[in-house]
Amino acid sequence: MSFHPEMAYDATFHKSARTLAEPGEPFVYTAEHRARFDEIVTRYPADRKRSAVLPALYLVQHQQGYVTANAMRYVAGLLEMTPADVEDVVSYYTMFYTKPVGRFVLSVCRTLSCALNGAERVTEEICGALGIRPGETDASGTFTLIEVECLGACDRAPVVMVNDGWQERQRPEDVGRLLDDLRTRGEAALTGCVHVIEGGATS
Amino acid sequence: MEPLLTRHVREPNCFTLEFYLRHDGYEGLKKALAQTPEQVIDLVKASGLRGRGGAGFPTGMKWQFVDKKSPNPRYIACNADESEPGTFKDHLLMERNPHLLIEGCAIGCYAIGAKVAYIYIRGEFFHVQHVLERAIDEAYAAGLLGKNVLGSGFDCDVYVHRGAGAYEAGEETALLESLEGKRAQPRNKPTFPAVVGLYNCPTAVNNVETLANVPLILRHGAEWFAALGPEKNGGPKLYCVSGHVKRPGVYEASMKTTLRQLIEGDAGGVADGRTLKAVIPGGSSVPMLLPDQLDTEASFDAVQKAGSLLGSAGLIVLDDTTCMVWLAENLLHFYRHESCGKCTPCREGTDWLHKILRKIERGDGQMRDLDLLASISGNIAGKTLCAFGDAAVTPVLTTLKHFRHEYEAHIRDGRCTLPAEWRARQPVGAH
Repeated sequence: MSFHPEMAYDATFHKSARTLAEPGEPFVYTAEHRARFDEIVTRYPADRKRSAVLPALYLVQHQQGYVTANAMRYVAGLLEMTPADVEDVVSYYTMFYTKPVGRFVLSVCRTLSCALNGAERVTEEICGALGIRPGETDASGTFTLIEVECLGACDRAPVVMVNDGWQERQRPEDVGRLLDDLRTRGEAALTGCVHVIEGGATS
Repeated sequence: MEPLLTRHVREPNCFTLEFYLRHDGYEGLKKALAQTPEQVIDLVKASGLRGRGGAGFPTGMKWQFVDKKSPNPRYIACNADESEPGTFKDHLLMERNPHLLIEGCAIGCYAIGAKVAYIYIRGEFFHVQHVLERAIDEAYAAGLLGKNVLGSGFDCDVYVHRGAGAYEAGEETALLESLEGKRAQPRNKPTFPAVVGLYNCPTAVNNVETLANVPLILRHGAEWFAALGPEKNGGPKLYCVSGHVKRPGVYEASMKTTLRQLIEGDAGGVADGRTLKAVIPGGSSVPMLLPDQLDTEASFDAVQKAGSLLGSAGLIVLDDTTCMVWLAENLLHFYRHESCGKCTPCREGTDWLHKILRKIERGDGQMRDLDLLASISGNIAGKTLCAFGDAAVTPVLTTLKHFRHEYEAHIRDGRCTLPAEWRARQPVGAH
């Protein structure tokens, strides 16, 4: 994907290399994630490790697709929190999943500017194409559809977030093509962020 | 006005340190380090810079309030949780001009005597985190951050902290709670963060665009900055125009500009054959303005005088196809979902408001529901720890005030009175 024509994004950066955990499976970070965790913790005062709970949970989700109870216990141990404190955080923030999700999580923005530009029709098209309702995962485990609130790209409405990547100006009639492209090309199929600045030209 | 914050955003490699240094980058930081912190604060005060996050509070005063006598460390928390519906300016600034923000953070740290700044970005801005962190790495490597910045003896660390999907984290004390690894729920005020903030230490919480303006003030002076806009509304301003316009986008202008210029000039106006019905000038949380108010100057003070607020400068433009009951239902769905749940009036009230609005929108409403909406709104506004409650009732009260006849028509006719073909925009399953 390209957010900016000149920006050399690391192509692997947005790829979710995760394999879904089985419920009940024990959890430890991979060596790579442990190293990143150890670096992140140093950003906060030594007696305030708890500040690292959001990044720590992102690493969990990146590793196994969603946050299991065992992972919460593991993170709690690392950050000297109680598992209940971690669950408190996980249950509050919408971007952590506590159930398995599909390979691609399609988050359709439903708030005003996107809605004015046909976001509900996009959701309907996705529902129709995959035979699911918002909140559900399709039978093949490839796509999960959720409706989310304002994504902060109202000038490029309607916006769909796909995992950590962005798909902008998604017309309802092109939903089928997007789904096919995702199946074959993965996140590389996405438009990324395309800003419209002075003069109205697109870059 | 020539764009200042977004002048180079369409040029190749505009986000690199090399590019930034070629365009006066970090000159503001150098000038700041040559002065005392008090002089920097005085300069920002003299410039009249007002917070760009929504409230428009003078930044210099905010910095001056930071408790200098406290034995605890001090912090800058940069609010990059841009979540207000209709707002997307910080997104652009951080992605295309990250060093401007980093320079602003460093100057802010120097001014208030902090050694660490945390940039709290919303969870959805994953790609922005990537851009920011790369820019921060460049700044460290060039000696612009870290120990002994530019040989001045001043130490400064800047970190990016990614949130995880909570509108409420944009409220300054909720942001601090989230940074501390808890639920993003607001704290009781006072005491304000300037005295008891992050980790109970004195903290300045500033919006991205606010901090991005600080290097300009250092480079060109306070008078220059103040003269860019009308009195008490100095400096460049980023406006986000979205909704029913031909060219939605971020437009940089002096606050001397008008809503008409932004909507009809820069953004190209509504589609051919359509007419403007209303505009929400400052993100979804502010009252609507009507077409006859378009010549209002787009400044904090003038928009407030016209009966609304400039807020985050997110202009949502609505044409004559917009059903105002549907709009209120859509926004209350947002507020119901995003209410953090700490205060009962907001947690319960937004749910009730949404249920009643949905009922009216489906054609099952009764006339007494309109009084009920007003009554519930009155029991939320002003009765919560943060401004969320007031924000959440605004879409209801403003549509009831200006478009009560649409509510009455829904109730009387048992359906939306707008033509059926426009209903393609209605929520799934609403009709």
